[in-house]
Amino acid sequence: MKKLISLAAGTATLVGTLMAGNAMAATTLETVQERGHVQCGVTNGLPGFSQPDEKGNWTGIDVDTCRAVAAAVFGDGGKVQFTPLTAKERFTALQSGEIDVLSRNTTWTLTRDASLGLNFTGTNYYDGQGFLVRKEIGVSDATELDGATFCIQSGTTTELNLADYFRANDMDFKPLVFDTSEQTVQGFASGRCDVLTSDRSQLAALRSKLSDPSSAVILPNTISKEPLGPVVRQGDDQWFNIVKWSLFAQINAEELGVTSENVDKMKDSDNPNIQRLLGTDGDMGDKLGLPADFGHAIVKEVGNYGEMYNRNVGPGTPLDLERGLNALWTEGGIMYAPPLR
Amino acid sequence: MNDTNPQFEQTRRKPWNDPRVRALVFQAIAIAGVFWAGWALIDNTLANMESRGISTGFGFLDQSAGFGIIMSLIPYDATMSYGRTFWVGLLNTLLVSVMGIVAATILGFIIGVARLSSNWLVAKLALVYVEIFRNIPLLLQIFFWYFAVLRNLPSPRQSVDVGGLLFLNNRGLYLPEPVAQPGFAWVTAAIVIAIAAVVGIRVMAKRRQMATGKIFPTVKVSAAVLIGLPLVTYLLAGGPIVWEIPELKGFNFGGGMTLIPELAALWFALSIYTASFIAEIVRSGILAVSKGQTEAAQALGLRSGMTLRLVVIPQAMRVIIPPLTSQYLNLMKNSSLATAIGYPDLVSVFMGTTLNQTGQAVEVVAMTMGVYLTLSLLISLLMNIYNRAVALKER
Repeated sequence: MKKLISLAAGTATLVGTLMAGNAMAATTLETVQERGHVQCGVTNGLPGFSQPDEKGNWTGIDVDTCRAVAAAVFGDGGKVQFTPLTAKERFTALQSGEIDVLSRNTTWTLTRDASLGLNFTGTNYYDGQGFLVRKEIGVSDATELDGATFCIQSGTTTELNLADYFRANDMDFKPLVFDTSEQTVQGFASGRCDVLTSDRSQLAALRSKLSDPSSAVILPNTISKEPLGPVVRQGDDQWFNIVKWSLFAQINAEELGVTSENVDKMKDSDNPNIQRLLGTDGDMGDKLGLPADFGHAIVKEVGNYGEMYNRNVGPGTPLDLERGLNALWTEGGIMYAPPLR
Repeated sequence: MNDTNPQFEQTRRKPWNDPRVRALVFQAIAIAGVFWAGWALIDNTLANMESRGISTGFGFLDQSAGFGIIMSLIPYDATMSYGRTFWVGLLNTLLVSVMGIVAATILGFIIGVARLSSNWLVAKLALVYVEIFRNIPLLLQIFFWYFAVLRNLPSPRQSVDVGGLLFLNNRGLYLPEPVAQPGFAWVTAAIVIAIAAVVGIRVMAKRRQMATGKIFPTVKVSAAVLIGLPLVTYLLAGGPIVWEIPELKGFNFGGGMTLIPELAALWFALSIYTASFIAEIVRSGILAVSKGQTEAAQALGLRSGMTLRLVVIPQAMRVIIPPLTSQYLNLMKNSSLATAIGYPDLVSVFMGTTLNQTGQAVEVVAMTMGVYLTLSLLISLLMNIYNRAVALKER
């Protein structure tokens, strides 16, 4: 009889474990607040986007996008932990709840939005796919690349765009697919492939990793649209809104001229837009389930969008990327956030 | 309770006290529990995926893949389906596994025998080989072969050129490819006939040896038949093969056959690594054969080569086969490390790119696991059949 009881108890435990997954889970915001930090998935090392510096602090535009979320929730941009992920691992990590936000230069596509159980919250970098070649092969345009071998990172939209582009132009190519961007660069550096293809911003970053960056050039062609931005799990609208409006707050802050330097002074501004952004008027924070001054915290801790851009990838950084499409809509770009009201 | 009268006990035993009934009941409960747990797991997964908006099902296998693969044994291009990428990956895995198993076996046997050589230098060299390659992680060896081989090879324009037929550069080894012409069917037929003839000769030779004790030169005759018959047919049919020679066009060589560096590196690493284990297995197998067997064979006048081939190895095989099976399984599963250097095996193509483009993680992982399980069981089955054939038969 004792055996039977222990067997039954064991079965019950097993059943309990299996059924636990079905119980209604706490909201992501509650989970994050209880844990005390945001768990954020980033790349495993891409200069300008997310890379640990010599002291082990993560820096980059994707990293700052996570910090903005942490600042919105906790008023402290430091309350984030980063999980480095390869392109292959990223969606599973988010789906399974290992991370709360995926901020890993991820292209917004229909398939990913509609069939992976994910939601894209916006675009923190507008990009397009390009080609990096060694100067010595003497190619100046992508249409001269018929028959070339390409180093690509696995699990990216890059792989599909490349095949589309070559089919459309009736050319041949040989794809060499690696797991990480590190291996991709090694393949290119060792001469195994003629061309490294990826998003243009990444090419600039990867080129800076070569032993002699001036030996390679980025071709003028851009063969795709790559809107990159943070992603959350589907089914939690509140968290979706928080991540979405953390980025929108940064873009609006730039438009309104609010910077991390002047944000405290701006609290006294008469401009109702600034008042709503910084929480001195209205109940924007309440609507999101956040403190009233979440916008103030984001700008104070991380800065507005322009500051974030210039600090990580803008002119003067190793990546040296012009604002281009990523300039505000008022300045000839397409960076545009819905109004905070 | 008083058990003084077993007979009385037998007739009065209640069903829940009967060990047979109890055993059956508990086994039934255990089986039901396993099935129920499995069902709950599947049901739960489906329900959770549904509630999170993740699409499920195997419909994705018919969608067009849209990405390129550098090497495939069957025709493939980006317009073909995800189902096709599965077969491309599977065949590439099989190719490197079979190549690895063959090379590792040959190399392992040579090293294993050399380890027991009476020549001090040969034995010590074999020992050094085993200790080096057995103790370095396979992934590091793969990286070593890949980058060591690659870095030192010239670019396509400065290829190593062997007689204008064979080219070696950092994109691979380019060989002339035989292209069969219409008359080639005759040569194929000749090869089949030659193989059948060799089997016949072997059977006949064995029978003759049993009956008369005379040894027929099987190896020499077989070799003559195997090479001679197809060659004569080939010449009679007017040489129905055209060799397609690789040519430098644009970035690289076109035409001919290619051995890409990823395959070469993976093949070398897998073969050399596994061979060090096989060598030890072979050594233990040979040592397990009693020294008296060798002495008896020598007393009969057999030369040392024949002693090894006819007396020692056949007995050693009984010890060698079971652990050898494990090494074959390891090699096949280790081939999945291909993904680290860009060789398009099943894990890289299907569980990598296809999984990521479709997002169907559960289905893709289940299929991949199914493949490795099936291949492993298949290798085990074949090796067990072979093991039974060579096992000691007591008459």
